[in-house]
Amino acid sequence: MSEIRQEILHLSSVSRNFSGLKALSDVSLSVNKGEVVGLIGPNGAGKTTLVNTICGVTPASSGVVTFDGRDITRIKTYQSARLGLSRTFQIVQPFAEFSALDNVAAAALFSQPGESLKSAREAARAHLAFVGLDAQADQSAATLTLAMRKRLELAKALAMKPKLLFLDEVNAGLNSAEVERATKLIHQLAADGITIVMIEHLMKVVLNVCTRIAVLHNGRLIADGAPRDIIKDPAVVDAYLGQQYAQRNAARG
Amino acid sequence: MTRTNIALLVLIGCVAALPLFGDAYALRLGTMACMYAIFALSWNIVGGFAGYPSFATAAFFGLGAYTTGILMNKGVPLPLSLLGSLVLCLLLAAALGVVLLRLRGHYFAIASLSLVEVFRELVNNATDLTGGGMGLNIPLVSGSSVLSDATFFFYAMWGLLLITALVVIAVSMSKLGFGLNCIRQNETASNMVGLNSTLYKAVAFGLSACFVGAAGGLYAAWVHYIDPSDVFDILYSVKPIVMALMGGLGSPLGVVCGAFVYLGLEEVVWRNYIQIHSGVLGVLIILLLLFLPHGLVSLHAGKIWRGLSGRKAKHV
Amino acid sequence: MLAIQVLINALVLGCLYACIAIGFSLVWGVLNVINLIHGSFIVLGAYLAWGAYNSLGLSPWYALLIAAPAFFVFGYLLQRLLLNRVITAPVLVTLTLTFGLDLILNNAMIYYFKADYRKLILNPPTGSISIFDVVVPVDRLIATASALALTFLLYLLLRRSKVGRAIVAVRLDRDAAVLMGVDVKSIYAIAFGLGAALAGCAGVLMALIFPISPLTSSAYLGKAFVVCVLGGLGSVSGALAGGILLALVEGVGSVYLGPAHAVTLSFVLLIIFLVVRPQGLLGRKGFE
Repeated sequence: MSEIRQEILHLSSVSRNFSGLKALSDVSLSVNKGEVVGLIGPNGAGKTTLVNTICGVTPASSGVVTFDGRDITRIKTYQSARLGLSRTFQIVQPFAEFSALDNVAAAALFSQPGESLKSAREAARAHLAFVGLDAQADQSAATLTLAMRKRLELAKALAMKPKLLFLDEVNAGLNSAEVERATKLIHQLAADGITIVMIEHLMKVVLNVCTRIAVLHNGRLIADGAPRDIIKDPAVVDAYLGQQYAQRNAARG
Repeated sequence: MTRTNIALLVLIGCVAALPLFGDAYALRLGTMACMYAIFALSWNIVGGFAGYPSFATAAFFGLGAYTTGILMNKGVPLPLSLLGSLVLCLLLAAALGVVLLRLRGHYFAIASLSLVEVFRELVNNATDLTGGGMGLNIPLVSGSSVLSDATFFFYAMWGLLLITALVVIAVSMSKLGFGLNCIRQNETASNMVGLNSTLYKAVAFGLSACFVGAAGGLYAAWVHYIDPSDVFDILYSVKPIVMALMGGLGSPLGVVCGAFVYLGLEEVVWRNYIQIHSGVLGVLIILLLLFLPHGLVSLHAGKIWRGLSGRKAKHV
Repeated sequence: MLAIQVLINALVLGCLYACIAIGFSLVWGVLNVINLIHGSFIVLGAYLAWGAYNSLGLSPWYALLIAAPAFFVFGYLLQRLLLNRVITAPVLVTLTLTFGLDLILNNAMIYYFKADYRKLILNPPTGSISIFDVVVPVDRLIATASALALTFLLYLLLRRSKVGRAIVAVRLDRDAAVLMGVDVKSIYAIAFGLGAALAGCAGVLMALIFPISPLTSSAYLGKAFVVCVLGGLGSVSGALAGGILLALVEGVGSVYLGPAHAVTLSFVLLIIFLVVRPQGLLGRKGFE
């Protein structure tokens, strides 16, 4: 392999329309192995749509998505999951009646070939321990707190042995102690070499963990680069961060 | 194997002893009981495990009945004809499942109901093959005596019930059952974790149709004569739902108990109120839905009181 | 010539189909309930017209005036006392409940009227007229005109009256309607009452044309299904479009495949529509 920076995900001019409305227009983006990319932008900018489009929930109207050298533009959701694309949801999506253990076991069972219910449950225990939910393994998902359910989502995503992990607002609705805990987990995942794309509103977290930031506004990619460049980018300041943030940041140096 | 599944097999085993005690009437009831239990168990695969409100039972019952009837008229022996019904219903339902199970809620309910209409009209119109509205006579199988005939069909239906129960239990313990359970709880999340929900739902729909089809075939051979309005009766679609609601959705043991209780009620109503039996049936259905929404399992004094006081009960 | 005949017949029949379906569509759209008793309501309405004409000598016009309020009250009470208890339950429960109600009503009709077919024969007969050389019976025309009038009446009610606006609001966004101070419970009951009243009136009109028997209720219900799915849910124009499309398909199907296949064709069309275009011809997307 001649290239050191190995590309894992590539989007070229991806657009997505919803009955006339352009939710994504002409987005081109590439993600390399081992990166932690922050995807930011105002509400309604198309961040979640972008993730949905990559995962095959709402396939692209035009453009091409490649993952690990494969064209996945028209792929079905379950196929993308089996290829190693996994995600957490902004609004958590547990199997409410199942125990936490079975939630994670389901993810291990259906995403990996040759897994049995028994082996999937064993694998699930390890992932629950990683996110700190081993004590709640037999509790039904519906009874967990929001912070716990967010971590359950993460455990499910990890059980799928992701090559690329999308984190959709894992910190929304959490208190600062919980945010700190989640951030630590993300750091750990990045250290383990998992490529991460995270949608996040908390700039503190983004600047703390991301190696690169991409900014969406009205369905367009308006900036893409190193964090320190992005927060000074006038277009980004205008569209998202706001003048106050820029000034405060500048004052702090 | 869980305790309730063992209890289910024991219950089915007990039913097998019926010919030792019963006369021809008891055998007829026993055969019906087994048939209803097959309906309820089959419906439970798609309605209980996967959570799709199917009203297609009558469609596959009728299709199975006509397949066996036509094959037997062409000289094919009964076991092979039944196999024909089973395989046809399995494949056709699985294929239809790919398309129809994309629909949810009311739309799926309507589509599955329409399936009954479509099949009935097709059979009605294929006069050359089915005899159309005139019905179809089916050659006798054994024909030695009334009682031996009754015993034969009882054991045949019982055997089919046993096979159905074993398959349903196997499904409930397998990856397939686990996946259907996931689909019922959250289909979006199921797809997201790599579950091919289209495939799972199609297999579930196929399995829920094939034993009903075979039961239809046995029924046709048993009664010697079928016509479209008899075997494609929407009631056959609604009965298994009522049984499942009676016994508690999702549990194989529950729905079989529901089937037996339902048959008992139906028989009592038939014998006493022949003129208004369907009306009484309607009253029973309504009482059940209003006061026992969780089935007979929920029969505790407190819950009945709550039902009567009209507070909103949470439904499964 | 044949084409004109098929077209005129389809228009005449289509308006009647729309009238059959519109109450069903209203209930489905607003309450999210598939009302299986709808077909029996229609038959009961037909018996009402028949009884009023034969034993009281009242013309079907008066029967309409009786049917509308009587069925409204019946439907209103049915919803308030029974259906409302399970209105939040899944499809399975509401559908099975209305099936149980249908069993009762249908059985009662078979018990009192017997299953044999009756016909309302107007005396003196109204005869027939020809439009573009196509002969159309006058009673059928009158029924069609009345069906159109009823449909238009509902349209006006939903568009102009305060209750109508509240019904539409509940259909579009139940929670928002609650926040705006709409009493959803009574709107549900009113909508169900309206659905029943429309079914009863449709029944009166059907009595002018078709033979009457409790056995026909499922055929009416089937038509309502198909019209709703074809035209799209919960809009008056959708029901009209669906009704005319269904009548056209049946007419053309009868000519080319034989009348026996018309019903099959309509249900096959229903399934295709459900899968390919569940929002119907004119319906909005996104309603389950």
